Amino acid sequence: MLDLTYELPKPKVISGAKHDWELVIGMEVHAQVSSNSKLFSGASTKFGAEPNSNVAFVDAAMPGMLPVINEYCIEQAVRTGLGLKADINLNSAFDRKNYFYPDLPQGYQISQLYHPIVGEGEVLVELGDGTARNVRVERIHMEQDAGKSIHDMDPNMSFVDLNRTGVCLMEIVSQPDIRGPEEAAAYIVKLRQIMQYLGTCDGNMQNGNLRADVNVSICLPGQYEKYQATQDFGHLGTRCEIKNMNSMRFIQQAIEVEARRQIAIVEGGGKVDQETRLYDPDKGETRSMRSKEEAHDYRYFPDPDLLPLEIEQAWVDDIAANLPELPDAKKARFVADFGLSDYDASVLTAEVDAAAYFEATAKGRNGKLAANWVINELFGRLKQEDHDITSSPVTPEQLGGIIDLISADTISGKIAKDLFEIVYTEGGDPAEIVEARGMKQVTDTGAIEAALDEIIAANPAQVEKAKVNPKLAGWFVGQVMKATGGKANPKAVNQLVAQKLGE
Amino acid sequence: MSIDQSTAAKVAKLARIKVEDDALPALAEEFNNILGFIEQLNEVDVEGVEPMTSVTPQRLKRRVDEVTDGNQQPKVLKNAPDAREGFFAVPKVVE
Repeated sequence: MLDLTYELPKPKVISGAKHDWELVIGMEVHAQVSSNSKLFSGASTKFGAEPNSNVAFVDAAMPGMLPVINEYCIEQAVRTGLGLKADINLNSAFDRKNYFYPDLPQGYQISQLYHPIVGEGEVLVELGDGTARNVRVERIHMEQDAGKSIHDMDPNMSFVDLNRTGVCLMEIVSQPDIRGPEEAAAYIVKLRQIMQYLGTCDGNMQNGNLRADVNVSICLPGQYEKYQATQDFGHLGTRCEIKNMNSMRFIQQAIEVEARRQIAIVEGGGKVDQETRLYDPDKGETRSMRSKEEAHDYRYFPDPDLLPLEIEQAWVDDIAANLPELPDAKKARFVADFGLSDYDASVLTAEVDAAAYFEATAKGRNGKLAANWVINELFGRLKQEDHDITSSPVTPEQLGGIIDLISADTISGKIAKDLFEIVYTEGGDPAEIVEARGMKQVTDTGAIEAALDEIIAANPAQVEKAKVNPKLAGWFVGQVMKATGGKANPKAVNQLVAQKLGE
Repeated sequence: MSIDQSTAAKVAKLARIKVEDDALPALAEEFNNILGFIEQLNEVDVEGVEPMTSVTPQRLKRRVDEVTDGNQQPKVLKNAPDAREGFFAVPKVVE
């Protein structure tokens, strides 16, 4: 693997009335495991079902029901941990987090406070400008999701749907290593990318399958370095937690808004209270969740219905041996093997399906040319129609065929674009289409010469000008291309024009 | 550690159990008895002893990831004091 050494991004600085302030951010990302059934019951996890139809009596907390753990969910948590280069704990355990809320029929959430299944790991977060930061992951634990409350169906009542209740979440807790809104978004993008590669979470934020709680505090420049040197949180400001956000844009807005609120308090001589807050995107403000404050006494204790979770090292090793190639490694390989730029490699590895498509296209061909065609032509065309790569009407074999025709000088770059459009809309074998429709490049110098002679004869004034100003040769090249329907080999045309005008 | 009446009242409130004021002293006393017993257990030296999590040695039971349950909306909602359009209907809770 390539040695990826990066410069660190600059922390976001916000100027208050008196000082400059830096941001310190830690995140708790809740990622829904892509399983068929729930963590402790056999009910389906399918999104968008009839309300309360994906509910087993375990999920509804009927008396006497007992949880039985889904082995697949354990495996996905371990896979995710391994993907984040984290320690896997062979012994973990489940605890009850007690609180009262209508969408939590048990009256407690089964979680892993004291003994999480995954320990410390890391995520390399790259920013667009070539800088990157290694964000430390403190832990990942498994827990149950709660149900969903709907408040806008009736003026006086809230409606509760338990379909989500008991679905397995992985809570991925970072250290406060994130230093700005853009970094926070980039961190989530990277986590999502890794989990999509691993197949452990589909990362669909719109459906709520990936949500984040964001801890924000502010500090004066220099304080953060003291924290990093000592790991003593005393050097940092008091943090507030902004709960449950599932939009990249809102996460960034909320961080900025919350930081400015804290700066105003501290510069006004006040003190930031550690509390849970909600972001209101309509008003552009965060506000305290008072109801949560009152119930913050979770009275955690080990869940007596569940034995400790013991897994075997051999099982973990087996999962590790079958991990797919992860984004960082794939990107480094694309740069090394296909000669791609860092940027192109990032674009092509953003989604695992796109990376596979590119690889199939580029195999045995010019990697850079393949990358250009995949990124500029194919992605652009797919985007026009809101298609994603998996529903591309052009297969890697077809696109590869077009690239082969360009590389063999059979067609010009311009004709290749027309050919691509034909293959995209009509399908077919590129080589056969070129043959059948006479799209082959004219390399026969006789034919090109004849066309050029005609143009020279018809435009004596232009010829005189071009002899004085060689830049005007381009005009003749253009005319020849036009006369040959774009099929003339540009190299041959250039040579002939230079030759004729130089006479 | 000693539980006073206000702590007893708080614990009851968090558990959503209604306790009349005149029952609080007895409840606090009961808590203190339980904690006293735990204190007594704490005197036992368990240095180097693995915590026992089960009477018979056994492994946490696992199931395969298959949908085997659900599709019983009427049964799930049967005990609800109020249910409408397939949802539980509860007094409005808005943050």
